[in-house]
Amino acid sequence: MSLRDIDLEQAIDSTRSLGFYGLLHIPDEPSLEQAADSAYLYTKDSPVSFVLEQLEGVFESELRKKRLQDLGLSRSEYLQVDRSFEIRASTFSGEANIKGVSEIKAFIGGGFGYMIMMFIIIYGGFVMRSVIEEKTSRIIEVIISSVKPFQLMLGKIIGTSLAGVTQFAIWIVSASILLVIALLVFGIDPSILVDRSNMSAVSAGMSSDLSPEVFERVRIIGKEVLRIPWVSLLFFFLLYFVLGYLIYSSIYAAIGAAVDNETDTQQFIFPIILPLMLAIYVGFFSVFSNPHGPIAVGFSLFPLTSPIVMLMRLPAGIGENGVPVWQLVVSILLLILTFLAIVWLAAKIYRVGILMYGKKPTYKELWKWLKY
Amino acid sequence: MDNILVVDRVSKKYGDYTALNQLSLEIPKHCIYGLLGPNGAGKTTLIRIINQITYPDTGSVYFDGELLEPQHIAQIGYLPEERGLYKSMKVGEQALYLAQLKGLSKTEAKKRLKFWFERLEIGDWWNKKIQELSKGMAQKIQFIVTVLHEPKLLIFDEPFSGFDPINANKIKEEIIYLKEQGTSIIFSTHRMESVEELCEYITLLNESEKILDGKLSDIKKAYKNNTYQVGVRLNVGEEQALARLQGQLKISNSAYDKQENLLDFTLNLPSPDTHQALQVINGLGMLSHFEETIPSANDIFIRTVEEKQQHG
Repeated sequence: MSLRDIDLEQAIDSTRSLGFYGLLHIPDEPSLEQAADSAYLYTKDSPVSFVLEQLEGVFESELRKKRLQDLGLSRSEYLQVDRSFEIRASTFSGEANIKGVSEIKAFIGGGFGYMIMMFIIIYGGFVMRSVIEEKTSRIIEVIISSVKPFQLMLGKIIGTSLAGVTQFAIWIVSASILLVIALLVFGIDPSILVDRSNMSAVSAGMSSDLSPEVFERVRIIGKEVLRIPWVSLLFFFLLYFVLGYLIYSSIYAAIGAAVDNETDTQQFIFPIILPLMLAIYVGFFSVFSNPHGPIAVGFSLFPLTSPIVMLMRLPAGIGENGVPVWQLVVSILLLILTFLAIVWLAAKIYRVGILMYGKKPTYKELWKWLKY
Repeated sequence: MDNILVVDRVSKKYGDYTALNQLSLEIPKHCIYGLLGPNGAGKTTLIRIINQITYPDTGSVYFDGELLEPQHIAQIGYLPEERGLYKSMKVGEQALYLAQLKGLSKTEAKKRLKFWFERLEIGDWWNKKIQELSKGMAQKIQFIVTVLHEPKLLIFDEPFSGFDPINANKIKEEIIYLKEQGTSIIFSTHRMESVEELCEYITLLNESEKILDGKLSDIKKAYKNNTYQVGVRLNVGEEQALARLQGQLKISNSAYDKQENLLDFTLNLPSPDTHQALQVINGLGMLSHFEETIPSANDIFIRTVEEKQQHG
C-alpha cells in the first residue's frame, strides 16, 4: 500500500493503526541517489535481516541500473549485462550436478544425525535418572547382591533404549493414525497420499506451470534423492545409532552412579552435551559447504561426533564421489574401540559409585575410582 | 566342624585406605555368627566381598567348601544396611522380580510369598506401592525378599535398625526359626548388645583387623575376671562391716541402704575360688545376692582394644 501526500507523522500513525509491519519512507527528491540516501524504514520492531536484504537489493539494483545508464548504457544493454549466471557442473563420470543437491543430501543425513542426538539426550537422561533413583531408594545394594553391577548397567541401558524405540514407534503409529482420522474427518480421501497416479498427475500439473529449466532442476534433484543409497544409509544409521547410544548412555549411567541427586549432575553433563552440539553445528556448517573437506572428515572420524557427522556425509554415497571407504572403516573401528573403552571405564565408575553415598565427587576422585 | 564360609587371609584396599588386612575367619554351619565392631572396622567391606559385590585384592573366600563363585549368589541372602525398594513399584510385583533375580521360578516365588505374607501378618499389601507403606512395613517386605529363596547363608547388616520394638522382636523370632531350619546366619552390627543373646560365635573387628573371635561363651569365660556383685543384709554396723571386708577382701563401689540395712558392693577375687570370701561375708549377715559379673561383648571389645593399644 502506498501513501502519498501526507506528512511522515501521520503516515507512521496510520501504518501502525492499520497493523502493517513497517513503513518505508522515500522523500520526494530530485534524483534517485538523493532519494535513496534519505529513504528511511520504520518498523514495528527491529526488522529481520531478510527484509533488510530484500529492500537493499531493490535499491542496489535500481541504483546500479541508474548509474550504468548515466554512463551511457541503454536499457536493453543493461538487461543483457545483468543476466544472472549459473555454472553447469557434472562429475567426471558424467552425472549432471546442480547446486543444492549436496545440501539436500546433507540435510537428509543431518535429520538422521539429529535423531541420534535427540535419542541420546532424552534416553541417556532416562538411564541416568533411573540409576540415581536406584541409588537414592537404596535398592541398589539389594539388586547387586543378585546381579553383577556390569550386567545391571548394560541391562538398564539396553532396556531403556528398547523402551525408547517402542515409544518412538508408538508415537509414529499414533501420529499416522491421527493423520488418517484427521483426513477422514475433513473428508479427504487418504489414498491421495499413497496413490501413484495422483502423484504423477500432480507432478504433471506442476510441470505445465513450470518453465522447462526449473522442471529439469526438480527432476535432477528428485533423481539425486532417489540415488541416495538408502539401504546402506539405513544400515549405517542403525550401526552408528547403536554404537553412539551405547557410548553416551554408559557415560550417563556412570554420571548417575557418581552423584546422589540430579542437581549434582550438571557439572558432568556439560562435557557430554558439548561434543553432541559440536557435531550438529559443525556438521551443518562444514558438511553443507564442503562434505569431504578436512573439518567434515575430522569430525566424522572422531568417535564422539562421528555418529552424527558421518551420517550427514553418507547420503552422498560410499566410495567414488562419496565417503571414501577407508574413512568409513576407520570411523567405525574408532567408534567400536571407543565403545569398548568407555563401557569399561563407565562400568568401573558405576561399580564404585553406586555404593558411595553422601558426597559429590570431583573429577580427581572419579579418576581414583578407576583404579579401585 | 563343618564351615559354611571360610575367609582366608583376605585384604582389601581402597586407594591408600586399608579396609581389610589379612583377615581370616571360619563361620560354622547352622549357627548365628556375630560380626561385631565399630563403624569403619571393615564389616561392610567383608560382607560385600562375601556377596561378590567387590573382590578382595588378595586372599580367598570359600563357600561350603568350594571357592566362592558367581553361582553361589543364589545360595546367599543379604539384607544390606543401606536398604530400600523401588518406591513406585507394587509390593507383589517387586517381591516376585527380586525373587526371580535370585533364580526362583514365578510359581514357586508366589507360593513362598504367600507363606511368608501369612507368617508375618502381611495381608492385602500385594497391590500396594512401597511408598504407601510405613517404614516398618517396608522393612518386613525387605526381610521376606531376603529370605525367600531359602539361602544356605543369610547375612544381616544392622537388621534391627528401622524396626519398632514389637516388629524387631518378631524379626528376631523369625531369625531363630530360620536358624532352626538349618540356615547359617551372619549378623553384622556395631550395636553389640543387640545381638549378644542371639550369637553363638562372634568375631570382633577393629580398624580392618580381627582382634578376637570364637564361641561367645568361651570368650566370656576367658574374659571373666572373678568379679561379683554382692548384697548383704547386715547384722553388724555399716562401718564395722566395711572395715572387716576391706581388711580381708578387695571390694569397691560399696553402697549402704539404711532402711533395708543392705550393703551392696563389687567384689574382686584373685582366683575363681569363692569359698573364703563367702565365709567372710556370711559372718556379716544374710546374703541377699551373689552374682558373677559376666562381661558384655561391649566390655570385652573395649578391653581388647585398650590392651592392643597399650601393647602396640
